[in-house]
Amino acid sequence: MTSLPTPPAPSHPTAALLSAQGLRKTYGTTTALDGADFSIGAGEVVAVMGPSGSGKSTLLHCLAGIVPPDSGRVTYQGRDISTLSDAQRSALRRGDFGFVFQFGQLVPELTCLENAALPLRLAGAGRKEAEARAKEWLERLEVEDVRHHRPGQVSGGQGQRVAVARALAGGPRVVFADEPTGALDSLNGERVMRLLTETARASQTAVVLVTHESRVAAYSDREIVVRDGRARDMNPMAAAL
Amino acid sequence: MTDRRRVRGWARDLAMGARFAFSGRQGRVRTALTALGVALGVAMLLLAASVPHALSERDARTDARGGLLVDAGVEHSSDRSLLVADANTSYHDKELHARMLQAEGSHPVTPPGVDRFPRPGEMVVSPALKELLASQDGAELTKRFDHRVVGTIGKEGLSGPAELSAYLGTDELTPGATGVRLERFGISQDRPPMDPVLLMLGAVACVVLLTPVAVFVATATRFGGERRDRRLAALRLVGADAAMTRRIAAGESLAGAVLGVVLGAVLFALGRQGADEVSLFDASAFPSDVVPDPALGALVVLGVPAVAVAVSVFALRGVTIEPLGVLRESRPVSRRLWWRLVPPAVGLLLLLPLAGALRGDSGQVSETRVVSGALLLLSGVALLLPWLVGRLVNGLRGGTLSWQLAVRRLQLGGGTAVRAVSGITIAVAGAIALQMLFAGAEELSTRPTGQERTDARRITVGGGYRLSPAEAEQRTRKLRNIEGVASVSGYLEASQPIAGMTEAEQKYATVIVGDCARLRGLAALPSCHDGQVFRATAPERKGSGPPPRAGTALEVTGPGGKGATKWTVPASARTVRAKHPGWSDLPVEALLVTPSAAPVERFDVSYTGWIQLREDDPDVVEKVRTALYRDDPVAGIMQMHETETSKDFLALRRAVFAAATGVLALIGASMILSQIEQLRERRRQLAVLVAFGTRRRTLGASVLWQTAVPVALGLLLASGIGLGLGWALMRVIGRPVREWTVFWPMAGVGAGVIAVVTLLSMPVLWRLMRPDGLRTE
Amino acid sequence: MSISHTLLGLLETGPRHGYDLKRAFDEKFGHDRQLHYGQVYSTMSRLLKNGLVEVEGVEPGEGPERKRYAITEAGVTDVHTWLSTPEKPEPYLQSTLYTKLVLALLTGRDGAALLDIQRAEHLRMMRELTRRKTHGDLADQLICDHALFHLEADLRWLETAAARLDKLAGQVSA
Repeated sequence: MTSLPTPPAPSHPTAALLSAQGLRKTYGTTTALDGADFSIGAGEVVAVMGPSGSGKSTLLHCLAGIVPPDSGRVTYQGRDISTLSDAQRSALRRGDFGFVFQFGQLVPELTCLENAALPLRLAGAGRKEAEARAKEWLERLEVEDVRHHRPGQVSGGQGQRVAVARALAGGPRVVFADEPTGALDSLNGERVMRLLTETARASQTAVVLVTHESRVAAYSDREIVVRDGRARDMNPMAAAL
Repeated sequence: MTDRRRVRGWARDLAMGARFAFSGRQGRVRTALTALGVALGVAMLLLAASVPHALSERDARTDARGGLLVDAGVEHSSDRSLLVADANTSYHDKELHARMLQAEGSHPVTPPGVDRFPRPGEMVVSPALKELLASQDGAELTKRFDHRVVGTIGKEGLSGPAELSAYLGTDELTPGATGVRLERFGISQDRPPMDPVLLMLGAVACVVLLTPVAVFVATATRFGGERRDRRLAALRLVGADAAMTRRIAAGESLAGAVLGVVLGAVLFALGRQGADEVSLFDASAFPSDVVPDPALGALVVLGVPAVAVAVSVFALRGVTIEPLGVLRESRPVSRRLWWRLVPPAVGLLLLLPLAGALRGDSGQVSETRVVSGALLLLSGVALLLPWLVGRLVNGLRGGTLSWQLAVRRLQLGGGTAVRAVSGITIAVAGAIALQMLFAGAEELSTRPTGQERTDARRITVGGGYRLSPAEAEQRTRKLRNIEGVASVSGYLEASQPIAGMTEAEQKYATVIVGDCARLRGLAALPSCHDGQVFRATAPERKGSGPPPRAGTALEVTGPGGKGATKWTVPASARTVRAKHPGWSDLPVEALLVTPSAAPVERFDVSYTGWIQLREDDPDVVEKVRTALYRDDPVAGIMQMHETETSKDFLALRRAVFAAATGVLALIGASMILSQIEQLRERRRQLAVLVAFGTRRRTLGASVLWQTAVPVALGLLLASGIGLGLGWALMRVIGRPVREWTVFWPMAGVGAGVIAVVTLLSMPVLWRLMRPDGLRTE
Repeated sequence: MSISHTLLGLLETGPRHGYDLKRAFDEKFGHDRQLHYGQVYSTMSRLLKNGLVEVEGVEPGEGPERKRYAITEAGVTDVHTWLSTPEKPEPYLQSTLYTKLVLALLTGRDGAALLDIQRAEHLRMMRELTRRKTHGDLADQLICDHALFHLEADLRWLETAAARLDKLAGQVSA
């Protein structure tokens, strides 16, 4: 069969902060991820798109070192993180990565401020210092007024913005966001996305954004499409034609 | 009509709840946990309900084989009659029941459980003894029992499966002297009523041991409450009203509880099969003895599901289940103090007026009153703990991250954590009180033995009734030849009534018979030859009284006690100074008699040997026992102890500690279950924290703090209430509290159980800390 | 929608008479509007002039001219370029996108790649609109949102089509 020109292998050799090579991951008999090759540069906002069940979240988990892939490599700042120990990967997540999930991520017993201060405290900061810095981030995310509330007492949008503040408070190089607006209406979702991408760009933080919504993906610089476990970098497509 | 419809509605709601209990993987796991918890409790309660039957069966069997003490009436031998003698002994702290049997005719009656009458040189033994004799451990015992084993004693002749028992065939007994004539076995006697102090101890022990089990059952029925609440909220959304959700919740608990009761009964039945394999603290029972009392058994089987329903409905009182979610009152159900103080205060008020009621030997108290008092006072632990934790935790701030996570969790959802530990704190409080009471009761149940001090290397040998001086000498030599024995002093000792006294004021004179060499060990003799008598006195020793003066007549009756004659202390008897014998710290005041100075064969002499061992070696003690047993099975031996404690008391203490071990194990198991349950509910939370790179150490520490804070407070409270209960009960028996520090070991055990539980729940925590929890459900 | 590219694409599957071309077009794409014969002949004569098709033969018979057309090398290249170039994202694009997808499948090309290319173009447009929206005033925001929602609908259609590509390929070639 003759074919349209397929995109050549992506190439970001110089600016690559995080890259995946031939990632594969199987849960039991289900193949969640069946080949992923791409790179992400520092400060880039990259959307990972695809239908549900296509392996987007697994890809994110592998990239963030939460689960080790069955085969393939994840390289962060030139280091293959799939060879790191669990403790080393944990340390990496504490220090260099931030996370925003769709729901249920704030510790219900802690106040919003304490939640936002969590990564800083995990990295070893004292309570006062961590909370002072977390408060600045809550201000930037426009939720400083609910800082003494518990997650159960704030709206979904406020909760997600607290989560974004928490993800950024530790000064990460990469923020992993898994359907961060999945539980929000479009206005609240766009507000979260605007604040997330603006603050991330301002602090040169790369964002890996897993979403199935194109309007959310439109906040990215480029997208990676996952279909049937295979992830493809769509960026070089236009150049190839 | 409306009634019928209401009943049908109830049935429908309960059935729906029951269906939820088994639907979905989560539901089934939750129900399984509840059922397992309830089952453990039910098995324990059924076991407790079986104690009365087990005891009465055991008493019935020991009564049926008794009869040694009632020889009256069987004057003449017959074809059926036999002679019996006590041959009990002990082996390494185990009591061994043994009888010598001698047939007088061709058809002697046999004791219960014995098919074949043992002929001289033969014996019939219990299975446990048979096993012991065959094992390496029983090597020494085979020297004691060199009879040929011709049969085993059946169940109906044993107090329990682990009992060591033997019937030895002999032909050396003489009626009236060494043997008792019987024509049947079995006695029917009224047992002396149990000491009221012991009775109270038993009642309190039951409360202390069973209350934690009840608390535990109540805790188990609440496993998985949060998830259930969410499901109930979903039901409200589709139209269930508040009362219906309550009934559905009840149905769900009921299903778990009923399953638990069934499982518990199975567990109990299985455990019962293994009863004869287990011998805890010297107490053992046949499986067929372990049968629950019908009334108590019914109470357990019906009561536990009832409690389950009551608890789950009661637990919902602070929760408003709305169609769109669950509202927990932010200030959970009245954390006010006053009503929580009422039950313990009433308990104390019930107990305090009983002060001194059981002082001394007499006295009666209402067990019901003691039990309710103790129960109410102990309930204070469960009631006050949530208040105490709430009060103290709300003031806490800051600290490390793990501390912060734990404290915040306790502030928001402390109830679960507190419930998990309330069982153990009640157990600890009860155990502290029991410990104090046992310490006090031990004083009451302990008699001085007249020995000066405790030294396991010193052994006193008694028995040897009416040995001749030559035989006594032979016995002493035999004992001295045992390896490990350093020295032996053997005497014939008698206590003869002083003649011419009325029964009321009768006094006795201690007489020691021995050759000059022996007697020199007891007093400073200036000169000595056979035929002399000495009065050994020790003026510094008050109380024992000096030996009778020369010219005093002593009654000396021969064997059989007929034809009483007198022997007068001769005028030649010199007064000498008693000295410290090697085996005692105190000089012995007595008449010292050389064999030919008196009609020694008419004295009621018995052999006393003082043995000094080279070292404290139980094997040598057993060798001594064996050496004596061969010629004199009735001879007693005891190691030097200042005091001895009532057997009833020791038996009760054994039973209580056996039960306490079970309760602690049970509570430990329950805590692991509820801990796992709590962790499971926080699965997603944990996964998110792990994604953030939280160290295992931090989360582990936070789980530890989360348990440790309520436990520390709980143990504090338990110590206070336990000491209070102990103090109140000590007042009832009229004893002062000597040791206020008895709570340390118990509190330590409580803390230890918590540590073990936390440790054991760590693997589950590690497992839940995998990122699977992040995958959306 | 480009009729000349569509007819050219149909010819790539094999030489056809003008009448056959019209029938194939109507059957596959003419759901709302059928093609006139005149349109077919005028388009063919323009393509002949540009060298994208050639006349393979004329069949004798009655009635109108019965020419048999075949695509040239230049014609194949032209179709390929057309299919590889994403459409400018704009409302009501579906009919064009659908035509391109069917033709790609008819001519054995990779439909998924076509959709991916189009999706990338759509997203590029959406990014631009999003950027404009975040820096603009309320009016800009509302205008951009309108466009964004339409593009989102297109993208959803693309996703749906991609998910059913195998089925569609089966039907088209049947």
